[in-house]
Amino acid sequence: MSVNFNVLGLIFASLHDSSLREMTELRTMGSVPFGGRYRLIDFPLSNFVNSGISEVGVITKHNYGSLLDHIGSGRDWDLARKRGGIHILPPYSRTDNREGMYTSRLDALKNVWSYVDHSKAKYVILSNANFVATIDFDPILEQHISTGSDITLVYGTGYYEKEKRTHPAKNTVLEFDNENYFVSAMVDPDFSGECKIWLETMIVSKNVLSNIVSSASSSGIYSFTKSILQTSGHVYKIMGYEHKDVFMRIDSMQSFYKANMALLDADTRNALFPKGRPVFTKVGDNAPVHYGIDAKVKNSLIADGCIIEGTVENSILFRGVRVAKGAVVKNCVLMQGTIVGADSDINAMITDKNVEVQENAVHTCSVQHPLFIGKGGKA
Amino acid sequence: MNTKKRVVAMLLAGGQGSRLYALTKNVAKPAVPYGGKYRLIDFPLSNCTNSGIDTVGVLTQYQPLVLNEYIGNGEPWDLDRMNGGVHVLPPYETQSGASWYEGTANAIYQNIRFIERYDPEYVVVLGGDHIYKMDYSKMIDFHVRNNADCTISVIDVPKAEASRFGIMICNDEGKVTDFVEKPKEPKSTLASMGIYVFSWDKLRKYLIENEKDANAKRKAGQPWSKDFGKDIITSMLRDGQSLFAYEFEGYWKDVGTLDSLWEANMDLINPNVPLDLYDPRWKIYTRSSYTPPQYIGEDAKVENSMVAEGSNVDGEVDFSVLFAGVTVEKGAEVRYSIVMPGTVIKAGAVVEYAIVGEDCVICEGARVGNPPEKSGDRDDWGIAVVGHNVTVSEGKSVAPKEIISDNV
Repeated sequence: MSVNFNVLGLIFASLHDSSLREMTELRTMGSVPFGGRYRLIDFPLSNFVNSGISEVGVITKHNYGSLLDHIGSGRDWDLARKRGGIHILPPYSRTDNREGMYTSRLDALKNVWSYVDHSKAKYVILSNANFVATIDFDPILEQHISTGSDITLVYGTGYYEKEKRTHPAKNTVLEFDNENYFVSAMVDPDFSGECKIWLETMIVSKNVLSNIVSSASSSGIYSFTKSILQTSGHVYKIMGYEHKDVFMRIDSMQSFYKANMALLDADTRNALFPKGRPVFTKVGDNAPVHYGIDAKVKNSLIADGCIIEGTVENSILFRGVRVAKGAVVKNCVLMQGTIVGADSDINAMITDKNVEVQENAVHTCSVQHPLFIGKGGKA
Repeated sequence: MNTKKRVVAMLLAGGQGSRLYALTKNVAKPAVPYGGKYRLIDFPLSNCTNSGIDTVGVLTQYQPLVLNEYIGNGEPWDLDRMNGGVHVLPPYETQSGASWYEGTANAIYQNIRFIERYDPEYVVVLGGDHIYKMDYSKMIDFHVRNNADCTISVIDVPKAEASRFGIMICNDEGKVTDFVEKPKEPKSTLASMGIYVFSWDKLRKYLIENEKDANAKRKAGQPWSKDFGKDIITSMLRDGQSLFAYEFEGYWKDVGTLDSLWEANMDLINPNVPLDLYDPRWKIYTRSSYTPPQYIGEDAKVENSMVAEGSNVDGEVDFSVLFAGVTVEKGAEVRYSIVMPGTVIKAGAVVEYAIVGEDCVICEGARVGNPPEKSGDRDDWGIAVVGHNVTVSEGKSVAPKEIISDNV
């Protein structure tokens, strides 16, 4: 793999923060912990890096302290570069938009346009932090260039449930013809079934993106789906590219829990962490996991720095979790630094960072409605 | 001219580690894996960083490829610095010809110019093959307080073991009066840990002297050496220089042999051994592998063990240390063993009292090692060792004490 100077990667780190409010009160969607040692943004970032893209902008909104802390100089992703590298793009005040707070994708792009414009790249890949997927951009880029497309939408085939419409994060369902030409887009349609779900990832030629952003600015309509896909679809050459592997959308506490639990399945793990395409993340410098004399662990994903002296089943343990003697942990997602006290018994819990489950505590919840305990809380 | 540094550390990493030969065929001893995710050199490097020493020269000679790549720009240990940082120092060619490092003192002698670029007051000399956590800044303070020319870190060892070490004899004030290498009848139990603090002007003088002296002896056909303990320390004592012993209390382990490497790993599982790798105030840094967290399967049984990220365990693991990316298939058993990165233990294979190197495959039904109680002749029992990149085929076995570095 060599460096591809022709592509600029952009990640919207906080487009759908509201859909996971409990966890994004303190952080952006991109810095939501996932899968034992990751943050959601590690997936789009690693997808870029593994595809040779070394110029990446991360568009943030608010509460981006944890994101800055996670990314640092970008060297854990090999993105501390002189040519390109990673840039965090916080909102800033403008005279025509007093608060500098964007509400949609194109609005956000307008805010950071000088950064995009400055790049020498011919193509821009836009990606979101709320999808967990391992995507190789090389073949998508190849299709985009060889077909002379203006926009290539990346979609996955999955089951869409209309019941999910209540979520603040809207789902976009796409339709393509037999030759993969874009036909139509529906937002939160009123049916359930297998459809082509937009992974909110796309390649756009930079000159096309420039037109789109400036016309959005003059018309005042900033929804990409509304103003482009639903009304001007015929103006541009838009094609689809199917991501045939695993993808998971995080749009609620339920789906967050489910996506974590999905990692207990070997096929899902192999699809998300294929050999030769590592998912990069901030290095934690923790010692390996220590299993004590009475440890009983089954079907669980466990990150470094954990010390386990009790029982753990069907769970995801982040770095530095401690499970004391006699404690029983089942169907849980325990984030960094969670301490599970001796002889406690917990089932279907999600704990944010540094939560303390007290000795002898009993919390039995259902996997349909896992109990969430906020950062630093006691249970 | 670089910024002046009060302290420069010189890490002797050239050792071949011939007694670890199955594991050091292609890598220098300091690059030998230890403790699930570390390599031996992580300990002195992390100690330097945690002690506030930011300028380290690493002297390499034997099989430097893995070590060079591993150290890289020093970023994992926070030693990527604009001023100072970690520098790998292999032997080099000059106008008068090229020369290998001829002993520990000569290795430092050949790099006097490197040290002088930082104009230090103190030089810390370290080895690359000991496991311990130590605050060198306290030892330097001790050195300064005593107005010493050289301070040697010592540890109190059991009397029975004293004859394996370089032994320091001290007076009541801790001043070294004599030094004996591996004495038959030790007069003291204070063993040198191979960690020295020198006042640079003194060390420089004795390095130059030793070099001249040894070269003259060589020319005259006499025995000569360029060694720290044997030559520098002895000459300084002879000249009445001020040498102090700094007594270290804590865990310290020399991993010079395969048995001691195995023991040092087993120590990590023993709750009574005072080596805490989980202390956030004194982390041991290492170059991380970007692997997902470990997965412990439905049928797995893992107890009394240390397991690193990226591993997949479906079998039984007890009293063992598994490194990153190790696979233990369903029905496989690993006990009292060390399994290094990337190795696969297939279904039905048994590994007991063994060290298995990196990227090995132990096939179905194979057996490596055996517990002492199952071996007929106790004197003939020992740890079984499988070198790196070795395949032990289906049904084959590696006997206790056997050391293999080719496929069987």
